[in-house]
Amino acid sequence: MNFWFFLLLSILKVALVLVVFLTSVAYTVLLERKLVGRIQNRWGPSRVGPFGLLQPLVDGAKLFLKEDMIPAGVYKPLYLLAPLIALGCSLLSIAVVPFGEPITWRGVKLFEIADLNIGLLIILGVTSISVYGIALAGWSSNNKYSLLGALRSSAQMVSYELALGLSLVGVVLRTGSLSLTDIVKVQSVHGIASWNLFGGGQILAFFIYLTAAYAETNRAPFDLPEAETELTGGYHTEYSSMKFAMFFMAEYGNMITVGCVATLLFLGGWTSPFGDLIPPPQNIFVHALMPILWFVAKVFSFLFLYIWVRGTVPRFRYDQLMGYGWKYLVPAAMLNIVGTSLIMAVFP
Amino acid sequence: MHLVLFLIFAAFCLAGAINLLLQTHPINSALSLIVVMSSLAVLYLLLGAEFLAAAQIIVYAGAVMVLFTFVVMLLNVGEEEKTHGSQVAKVIGFPAVVVILGVISTIVLEAQKHLGGVSLSDGVTTTQDLSRVLFHELLLPFELTSVLILIAILGAVALARKEGHS
Repeated sequence: MNFWFFLLLSILKVALVLVVFLTSVAYTVLLERKLVGRIQNRWGPSRVGPFGLLQPLVDGAKLFLKEDMIPAGVYKPLYLLAPLIALGCSLLSIAVVPFGEPITWRGVKLFEIADLNIGLLIILGVTSISVYGIALAGWSSNNKYSLLGALRSSAQMVSYELALGLSLVGVVLRTGSLSLTDIVKVQSVHGIASWNLFGGGQILAFFIYLTAAYAETNRAPFDLPEAETELTGGYHTEYSSMKFAMFFMAEYGNMITVGCVATLLFLGGWTSPFGDLIPPPQNIFVHALMPILWFVAKVFSFLFLYIWVRGTVPRFRYDQLMGYGWKYLVPAAMLNIVGTSLIMAVFP
Repeated sequence: MHLVLFLIFAAFCLAGAINLLLQTHPINSALSLIVVMSSLAVLYLLLGAEFLAAAQIIVYAGAVMVLFTFVVMLLNVGEEEKTHGSQVAKVIGFPAVVVILGVISTIVLEAQKHLGGVSLSDGVTTTQDLSRVLFHELLLPFELTSVLILIAILGAVALARKEGHS
């Protein structure tokens, strides 16, 4: 295999995934505003373009043109570094997500940037690093609200990371591999019946993952780090213009990544929910692109659920948040591990 | 390719370690330590120990250092003052460091002649091999270590508990 060809194709893949990812980030924001609007019985953005579809473009242009203010008391190196860390971590973990069947063309995987046999661990590692973006932003801003937001978020993310990691062990036990491609392959046999969520008996794990993921991404009902009624804006109070936009993009990017991981681990990834009931299409392009369609549809449903929860569930109190994470989610996740391993030992 | 990456990340690692000592603000030192940990993870990855690299990132860079920065932020520790250091440290300390480093490196270089080189990828590297060794062959020491950690946790809880608080 030619090295330069490999490099060129990899750069192309990265560029394509980046463009699609950032566009979906922008449109997830619109989706959220629309859906929350409907939940609250109003229209949401509807003026720019048909159904407000051009709103993300206008928002982007607005954020670019805003004045970029740096307050006098901030600790500048870290203040500038923090949004970069947040956005970087958000973009990094999408690199190991496989979007479609592992089709190789001239020795290069087509629907995945990098196929690693520890893909799941990489995602967990990046998640654990992404705390720094928020923590440093709050600390370097030299603002008491920012600092409170950052402290809350570090404590929350460290606590829920444990439940998140433990909830995935059941899936790994069933697969016997940390490779995301292998995890999907195990679920691809009988369509919806062999998904980890249903056939794999990982419903409890899915619930724990869902809750912990909401907390990890600082989303409602666990959005205490930016609880606007108490902390004005939380950790990003002192940020403006594109630096604020970077935090915003990081948050929605994390939502999408979490949706991708949930799809791969519990919802059968790119495989069709009907299994072999529908014969595979004859056309080779349709055959290659159908899995991506299923993948996107599953991620979309997950994002829909995310926004639905945000629109309907009230925010937790801080002690409730900590108690819930440590006293209920972590023991439940351990119970799931013990149960899964017992079942696997009895019915090998 | 591997050599170039090794040189880059070894340089990162050393620069982070030196920066850790030179910085006066605790949070900068903590961040330098994160750089050291992450470059170490990349070095493990270059040796073919993928699981070890991921564990290094998740446990050290992700969990331990987050607690460090959390404590620094919570206590709002200020900058340290630069002192000139003791004269004894300068006169005896630096030569002692040079001597110790020299002794260690000569011993290692001597031993290398007899032992020959070993690359990490020859041994236990994959997640499966690693777990087989940990949970089969070394089960007792492994479990004893976890009991040790449990004792430490219980000790911390006992110390942190307020007197007379039921």
